[in-house]
Amino acid sequence: MTDTGHSAMAGPEAVARPHPNYVMVWVILLGLLVVSILGPMMGIFWVTLITAFVVAVIKALMVAAYFMHLNIERTYVKYLLFTILLLMLVLFAGVAPDVMKRAGKNWEHVSPTSGAVERPRH
Amino acid sequence: MAHIPLAATRSVTGIPAGRLAMWWVLASEIVIFGGLLASYVMLRLQHPEWGDEAAHTSTVAGAFNTFVLLTSSLFAVLGHRAAEHGDGPRAARFLWMTVGGGAVFMLVKAFEYTSEITHGYTLFRSVFWGFYFTTTGLHGLHVVAGMVAMGLVAVGARRGQRLHRVELVGIYWHFVDVVWIFLFPLLYLAK
Repeated sequence: MTDTGHSAMAGPEAVARPHPNYVMVWVILLGLLVVSILGPMMGIFWVTLITAFVVAVIKALMVAAYFMHLNIERTYVKYLLFTILLLMLVLFAGVAPDVMKRAGKNWEHVSPTSGAVERPRH
Repeated sequence: MAHIPLAATRSVTGIPAGRLAMWWVLASEIVIFGGLLASYVMLRLQHPEWGDEAAHTSTVAGAFNTFVLLTSSLFAVLGHRAAEHGDGPRAARFLWMTVGGGAVFMLVKAFEYTSEITHGYTLFRSVFWGFYFTTTGLHGLHVVAGMVAMGLVAVGARRGQRLHRVELVGIYWHFVDVVWIFLFPLLYLAK
């Protein structure tokens, strides 16, 4: 169910675009919020992962698509946001091996809290 | 003699200049919050014991604040629709309701901070709490900035002036909402 604005906004910003049923989108978002709270209460890792984090991604996509109107926004904006998110992935992939993997022989890790030095076992 | 700046009327992308600028602002915001969250996730995966620290955050307060922000986003987008229909006073009313949502959010956050700090969970207690206060604090600053901007836009909208700004400030507010949607499970649910 949609209605269309009458381009009442002044100047070059005036573009008539369809509006979805925002209240329905909000109700669905609240339903997903309830799922994300109840899921982790089960204490099962995979259930927590799906209900908390996958549901968070779905909620964010719904807000972006229907409230921010990305679903009807120009492709330029989608490319812009995709590029930035890709940069974030590059940041993660570039740093994560150093933080999360300690393979090889030429490294040492100094604990920021205790100052203890950890080295690979030969 | 008043005139419309060239940059406000020319758009190679076909997107109005104001909205295009807002998307670029948000692109830079993604780098700020994305960098913080990516760093947190990286370290959190290495330190399952942080779950014990996260157990001291209030899921009820986090969930309530998620509800508040989602609802304020609904008000913001209803304000946008009213502005597109040329109803400035109605758009202004929705914007003020959104500002009210932001105020409730900050009030709950203030209570949370007070409770956590009085129990000894401060910025420098551990890396987890460092991330907690940095990310939620930075997010809180964005909420306050959004409330101020929205109030200024609402004053103009009430008089029917510059109604296109209702959409721009709304897009910003929804982004703040999206950031919280990710902060909530990371800091409150993963225990």
